[in-house]
Amino acid sequence: MQALRKHISPGWLLVAPFFLVVVVFYLGPLLNILWLSVTDPEPGFGNYSALVTSDAMARILWTTFRTCLITTVFSVAIGYCLAYAMVHAHQKKQNIMLTLLLISFWISVLVRTFAWLMLLGHNGLVNNAFETIGLIDRPIRFMRNELGVLIGMIHYMVPYAVLPLMANMQTLDPRVMAASRNLGANGVQTFRRIYLPLTLPGIVASSLLVFILSLGFYVTPAILGGGKVLMVAEYISVQLLVTLKWGTAAMLGTLMLIGVLALLWIMTRFMQLSAVFGGGATR
Amino acid sequence: MKPGIFARLNRMGAWMALLFLVLPALIAIPVSLTPKRFLSMPRGEYSLRHFETLFTSPEWLSSFAQSGIIAASTAVLATTLGTLCAIGLWRVTSRYTDIVRAFLLLPLIIPQIISAMVFYRLLVPIGLIDSYPGLIIAHTVLATPLVLITVSASLANFDPKLEQASRNLGASNWTTVRRVILPSIRPGVFAGALFAFILSWDEIVVTLFISKFSVYTLPRRMWNGIRENTDPTVAAAAVVLIAVTLLAFVIYALVLRHRAQPGASEG
Repeated sequence: MQALRKHISPGWLLVAPFFLVVVVFYLGPLLNILWLSVTDPEPGFGNYSALVTSDAMARILWTTFRTCLITTVFSVAIGYCLAYAMVHAHQKKQNIMLTLLLISFWISVLVRTFAWLMLLGHNGLVNNAFETIGLIDRPIRFMRNELGVLIGMIHYMVPYAVLPLMANMQTLDPRVMAASRNLGANGVQTFRRIYLPLTLPGIVASSLLVFILSLGFYVTPAILGGGKVLMVAEYISVQLLVTLKWGTAAMLGTLMLIGVLALLWIMTRFMQLSAVFGGGATR
Repeated sequence: MKPGIFARLNRMGAWMALLFLVLPALIAIPVSLTPKRFLSMPRGEYSLRHFETLFTSPEWLSSFAQSGIIAASTAVLATTLGTLCAIGLWRVTSRYTDIVRAFLLLPLIIPQIISAMVFYRLLVPIGLIDSYPGLIIAHTVLATPLVLITVSASLANFDPKLEQASRNLGASNWTTVRRVILPSIRPGVFAGALFAFILSWDEIVVTLFISKFSVYTLPRRMWNGIRENTDPTVAAAAVVLIAVTLLAFVIYALVLRHRAQPGASEG
């Protein structure tokens, strides 16, 4: 025991409990799922061949990719606008804005999805309001199509887009922008040639984060899509709970996992993970 | 430097974006006050009957209780594991620290649908599906990384010399942790516990897979209500959840303010 202590720092003893919990309760079954993807129902790459042979599968993957991409573009654009305004606002206004952002961040995803259901329905508040002011004759179809799913997803992802962008913008030295102005560049030039390139790491990190989270997003697409917008996460749940095809579900899960880990690896090239998850603001 | 036209437009856009983020959830309030039996906007008349249903129905009440028990147990376990782990990682100086930290954050980062498969796969063979221990294990694994993050952020501001001083004065490892380190990082520990509670209280994706009949948490019951899309009790439940969120937020803000007070070294 004494000899062991010399070689292993006592700090590891404190890490060990959670480490073991993750290995036994998480990593174990996770590896089991990866294994299932090539062994269930029979050994081989039968599950993966469905990717090229099945039209339904290709459609689901394409829907997922397209939805996630559009969500990412809009969330990061809105997030950039928000982060910029917050970083450059006075302390007091910044606090109000941050409070509102965090409150929306904290409100349960179920509550928010329910709210969109009420707002976007055939007789929802949005359609009624538009009809009252004469903007439209017939109700717009928001629900059970991609439009509704996109609105719900963007609404959920904006706060996640803001946090890495803010962390990045807060590290910029305002004197650089002042120098650019003093050298004769106007505001737009300064923004395009100086500010935007400097915030590129934040944009990349925030895009990747939103894309990763969108890939596995389940609740909002399942409810607002109403079965019409089938994405990978919902398809996995159908495979598991309805048709009981573990092999297909495991294959899709493995694909998603590989995609997410690859994107995360790229993300760490641009930003520390702890900075992305809120540690940045307090550091 | 005077703000240009673009900066002003941007600021207006930002406020509109914030309204877009916060306002939609508030629609639950009027809907919950409708006197009708189906989901609708009230027209002139208001009623609290759906709140009455919510707080007298045995199903909803048991869901509140179950969610409370599971979230509280998760918060206790996750805070214990996460705080120990954060202190451990902070004290170890090894080239493996970053890898281990990244590995331990995985449950938080991996999409929840995959986590749902993982816990389903884990709990079925050991017979813990649809049980309190099963849900608490799953939620603890998901929530502990949050505690790890908040406590690590607190530790980053803690002066390691204090720990050395304590040990030089003859305190044991355990005494040092309890009497010197823990009091300094208390805000991070509280914030982590709060996050862990909220995560479990709100968790739906994993819960959908690993609970069926005997454990029916609040999000699970809301999910069903939203899917059926008829009963306004869901709207009342949504209002209660918003209120709980605001309450948690106030607690969080108070903890943060405590941290910002002089005495706690910043930055």
